[in-house]
Parts: sequence; C-alpha cells; structure tokens
Amino acid sequence: MYLDSKMNESIRKVEAAREANMKLDPRRMTAEEKENLLKTFHPDYREDQFVSLRIGPNKGEKVPTELAALLEGKSRMDGLTVDLTKPDYEADVLIIGGGGAGCSAAIEANENGASVLVVTKLRVGDANTMMAEGGIQAADKPNDSPAQHFLDAFGGGHFAAQKDLLYKLVTEAPEAIQWLSKLGVEFDKAPDGTMITTHGGGTSRKRMHAAKDYSGAEIMRTLRDEVLNRGIPVVDFTSAIELIKDENGRCAGAVLMNMETKELMVAKAKTVILATGGAGRLHYQGFPTSNHYGATADGLVLAYRAGARLLYPDTLQYHPTGAAFPAQIYGALVTEKVRSVGAMLVNANGEVFMNPLETRDVSAASIIRECTERGNGVATPEGYAVWLDTPMIEAKHGAGTIEKRIPAMMRMFAKHGIDIRKEPILVYPTLHYQNGGLKISANGQTDIENLYAAGEVVGGIHGRNRLMGNSLLDIIVFGRNAGKEASEKAKTVQVGELTLSHLSTYNTLRAEAGIDDDKMSPQLLPDYVRKENRGK
Amino acid sequence: MVHVYLFGKKYAVPASLTIMEAMEYSGYQLVRGCGCRNGFCGACATVYRIAGDRELKACLACSTKVEDNMYVATLPFFPLVKEVYNIEEVKPTQQIMMQLYPEIYSCVGCNACTKACTQGLNTMQYIAYAQRGEYAKCAEASFDCVMCGVCSSRCPAGISHPQVAMLARRLNGKYLAPHCDHLDERVQEILDGKYEKLIEDLMGKPIEEIKELYNTRDIEK
Repeated sequence: MYLDSKMNESIRKVEAAREANMKLDPRRMTAEEKENLLKTFHPDYREDQFVSLRIGPNKGEKVPTELAALLEGKSRMDGLTVDLTKPDYEADVLIIGGGGAGCSAAIEANENGASVLVVTKLRVGDANTMMAEGGIQAADKPNDSPAQHFLDAFGGGHFAAQKDLLYKLVTEAPEAIQWLSKLGVEFDKAPDGTMITTHGGGTSRKRMHAAKDYSGAEIMRTLRDEVLNRGIPVVDFTSAIELIKDENGRCAGAVLMNMETKELMVAKAKTVILATGGAGRLHYQGFPTSNHYGATADGLVLAYRAGARLLYPDTLQYHPTGAAFPAQIYGALVTEKVRSVGAMLVNANGEVFMNPLETRDVSAASIIRECTERGNGVATPEGYAVWLDTPMIEAKHGAGTIEKRIPAMMRMFAKHGIDIRKEPILVYPTLHYQNGGLKISANGQTDIENLYAAGEVVGGIHGRNRLMGNSLLDIIVFGRNAGKEASEKAKTVQVGELTLSHLSTYNTLRAEAGIDDDKMSPQLLPDYVRKENRGK
Repeated sequence: MVHVYLFGKKYAVPASLTIMEAMEYSGYQLVRGCGCRNGFCGACATVYRIAGDRELKACLACSTKVEDNMYVATLPFFPLVKEVYNIEEVKPTQQIMMQLYPEIYSCVGCNACTKACTQGLNTMQYIAYAQRGEYAKCAEASFDCVMCGVCSSRCPAGISHPQVAMLARRLNGKYLAPHCDHLDERVQEILDGKYEKLIEDLMGKPIEEIKELYNTRDIEK
C-alpha cells in the first residue's frame, strides 16, 4: 500500500491505462536511436566521472574516479612485514573468493586431484551469485544455437567482447547447465523435462533458464554444499590484501588478513585464482547498488598492483530496475525476469515509453531520460522513478503466476507492505555489474603467470554491456575452466623464493607520479558508519 | 526517532531504519553478520526482544525495521550440522535421510521452527516430508530457504533444518525431477562439432556484416 497521495494519483493513471497498455508491443529502438540515447543518458558517458590512470599497466586510460583512487592507492602492507619463509597455509591452488566462480573452480581443481584452499572475506557463498535472481542463459532448445547466443551477446555488448572468450562462453553453456543439473540444481522444468525458458533483454531466443527467481541462490547453495562435501578447506572472514610472487615473477600466493583481529598470514600456492567479484559497493557516481556487501573491486587492485592489465574498466552496468521505493530496499535488484514474464515499464502518466526487453544499458538510459529530460518520473524521497507494472503479469498469465515464478520479488515488497500482484512498483537504475575487469586469455590466466581469474573480476567476456543470464553462466564456465587449468598447471610448477618486491616497485611509481594521498586499498568493505559524532 | 538497545547500549535512531542500518547509524562497522543486505543470503540472523515482551524473536537484520525499545543481539551465524555425502553415490530413498540426519525423527511437533522462519516457510511440514522420503515435496516447500539457521536455534530435537532441506533439494534436482533430453542432445551436438563452423564463420565476418546480422535478427515471440 502506498501512502503518498501523488504516488496514488499516478497509480490510478497506470491502472486506467493497463488494459490498453497490455496489448501494446512497443517497437525496438533502431541502432542509431540506441546510440544517441546511450551517449546522452547512460552514466558511462558522463566524462566528469572518469579520470585517467597515472600509473600501472593501464596508464593513460579512463576509469571511474572512485576506482582510480583504489588502483593508485597505498598498500595495506605499508609499514608492515610478514615472514614469507614461513607460510601459514600451503596449497597447490589458492582460490581468493568464495562465490560462484570460486566454488566452481574449487570443485574442478579438487576433481583434478589438486590440494585447494579457498579464502573469503565474508562467508563462503556470501556473494553476488547468491543474489542473482532471473536466470542463466544456454542455447539448448531446438530453435536456438550457440551461434545465435553469440550474436545476441556480441551485439548486446556493442561488438566489443573478446571473441575467443565469448566463443567459450556460448559453446560451453549447455554443458554448464548439465553440470549444475548433475550436482542437483533444480531448474524450472515442464513435466516432460523440457526446460522452461524465457527471454531476457536483448535475447532473440527464449534461452533463460531459471530456478524461480532464486536462480543464483539455488546455484550458490548447491555449489557451496558440494565444496563442503568434498572437504575442501575454506577460510572464512579472511581477506587477501596483496598477492605474493616468486623470484621469477610468477604468482605464488597471497598475504591474508583476518578481518577482525587484523592478523596477517601468508598463503603459499603453486597457482592462484582470483574470484573476488565486482565493485557495486564503490557506489560509482553516487548510485545505489544491487550488489553484495563485499563487492569492492579488491581483485582488480591486487592484480593491477602486481602488473596485470585491465580490459574495459570504464564500463559499468546499471541494472534498469533497482527498487526505488521504499527506502529500506533502495537500490535492491528487481529481477529482469519481472519483465520477462510480462510486466511493462510505465511512466508517471501511465504511458508505456519503451519495449521492456531492450538491453540493460539501453533500458537504464531510457528510464533516466524519462525521469530527467522528459519529466515523466514519479517523485520519491530519493529522487524520481518509473513504474514497473507488475499486476499485468497476472492479468496476462492468470492468478498465482507471481507467487510461482517470482516469489522472492513478492516477498521483498510484501515485507514493506506492497503487494506486487495488485500494485505496481517503483524502479530506477542501480549499479549492478562490472563489465570490465582483468584481461584473461581463454585458459583463464591473466597477464601474470600462474595468476588466473574467473567471474565478475574478469573483463572482456561481455564487451561493454552484459546480457541478463550471461553472468551466472560465465562464473560457471570460467570458474570451472580456471579450476581445471590452474590445477593442471600446478602439477608442473616449482615455486621459487617468495617476494613482495612488486609493492616497492609500485610505491616508486606512485612517488614518481606525485601520488601522495593516504587512501589504502583494497577497500575490503564499504564504510556505511554515520560520520557524525565519530571520533578519529 | 525510536530507542533501541544494540548489544546492550541505548541509541536513538530514525524509525525508518532496518536493524542493520540502525547499527551503522550508531557507529558499528559490520564485519560479520552482513551479506547481501537484501534477504537472500541469510548472513544476518539476529535475535531481539521488545521490552515487556517475554518472547525472544529472531529475524534477518537487513529486512526488519527497528521498533521502540528493541533489544538486539546479532550472531555471526548459527552453526548448523552439515553431514558430508557423495552426491554421485547416494540414492533418493528414505534411508539416506535416516542415515545422515536421524534426528529429524525426534521432531516433537512443537512447530517452533515454522514460527521462527524468517522467510515464512512451513518448516515443520518440510521436515515431515523429509521424514517420509518425499523429497520432491520437501524441495518445493523449502525452496525459498536462505539457510539463516534461525529455525535450528529453536529446535528442541537438534535438527539442522536448512541442511536437511539442502540434501532433499539436491536429491530431487539430480535424481527425481524429470530428465531434460534436449539438454543432453545439445551437449552431444556441440561435442560432435556441429556448431563449430557456424559460429566460426560468424566470428570471422567483418564487423559491419555482424552488425547488420545483429540489427536484423528475428526475435522469437
């Protein structure tokens, strides 16, 4: 129930127009229209929000201001020492990050006979994977093909994806679904076993597989269960604050920090997999985020300082439909599946202003235009928003559809007194995904020998925009891939003497570039503590 | 503003805040007991009591609003019993549950688990399904579980309900749910190299041609 009279006035317009709106099939924008829209309204194009990196492998390239401060930041090791000759942990494969990519990698490395260690700064499974709602793509229906999947993803990503990585993503997608099924993940299926699939923004075939709207949670809890069944050691509440190399410049471990006691420890490994996820909690441009508490770009910082190149670090994904009201869930994800199953985007006057299944960047820019230039937004305490007309879903597909297909969304709003079966919901773009990240080759290795990366920390798989359902897919495909490759490589690695000399090299670069601020990185966690009355 | 007691200390916080936001508002930097901040990960299980009320309640701190005179204590997590098994070797029979989680048969039917569930699930009912080996029903009834463990903290029989349900769901997903044939066929086709040429031809085209293909592709209704 909405209490604000202006909101209610607008809802009545939405209700009055609903029947007519439902019959609409708004045309898709042309390539030119999309390009103009993005240039004018997408946050990636706000030049004043980006700066050029002054040091490191991507020197001279633009990144978000908040990220630059961390990439150029001061090491948390500054002034501290650890004894590299006495490792606290040793393993063949060290995996940093306990989300979907890290766990997939751990399972495959274990399968390949390697000793594996997983470290995570929160608990294993506390990750963006857990929060993915809508689904996972795979071209496994007769009217579909991996080539069609490639075309959708390549075009949706503005033809910038690294082709060999995208090739791997789409051709290994059906096998990823099969692997998950064999682990016991419960996908939505018809009684004859046919996968129930829907569209996502920018897909040309219905290839979105789902587990209600808990798709990521269902995948994550199953992967976590499998990691524990295999007895793979997991060290919770422990972050990695620097990578360690050996005398030959190859990655050979990490300096770990107990998040509570701040105790430092050394983990030595033959190969290392970074699976640290994204950066939503850096709140680029002041946007709210749909991301997990730990999404602070740590992996980018660690690897960049050690000499790894980034690809497309200037491109972020703003999910078009973040919750805009009430304040308690501001920025929380409203899954794209709400639109896949029939809800349309409607402005304050009850008008449908776009096809609801444009790609995410285009949809987000279109909503921003509606709320700014066109002045058709609904006023909320946090700004302006548009309606996502959820009652349409049951008007189209019958009563009970919402509870069956998007129960998490129903619950999330019901907790705040809004029944999405009867009332529309207010949405506005929220910072959702890091399109860019570490550059890898098809075997999962970064520029640094024996340092692999998988999941959101990687850049280039999706180009400059990612389609719904391709991230759950990439953490599985590239997580497994990294686990296999890193464990295979570990069989032949002889680790030399451990060193942190790359930190002094980086410090020299900082000094030469005149960077003298004391910002420490990686950030590890966001700081939401109220600043008022706070002592130093 | 309302008054809340966080870990025993009294603070005044805006009434619109969640418990989690109230902690941050009051100066606590969360290191544990904070995850997705939106009700999906179960990391922020919290116990509280309202002054004058005898009942100790439990909730997720991220999705529960503060109330006046609320006494709050968080736990980093509720430690659950997780039995280890090989998913390839177990069978979806009643026996496996008896073997791994025999305590479910000690359920006294108090229903405290259901009352405590932060997701509003019928927890006692899904345990009853598990007792009978009805894993498909157990999987469906427990599907929305975020594994916060509040139910288990209330159980006089020592049942780790979320882990019981996890086993049931994996058994259902792997062995009982209808098998998907078109998935197996597609995986085999890819292994046989059926799509290699198609996709390599596409990748090899000049960018303008790929753009044209993308912009004019037909979209399934």
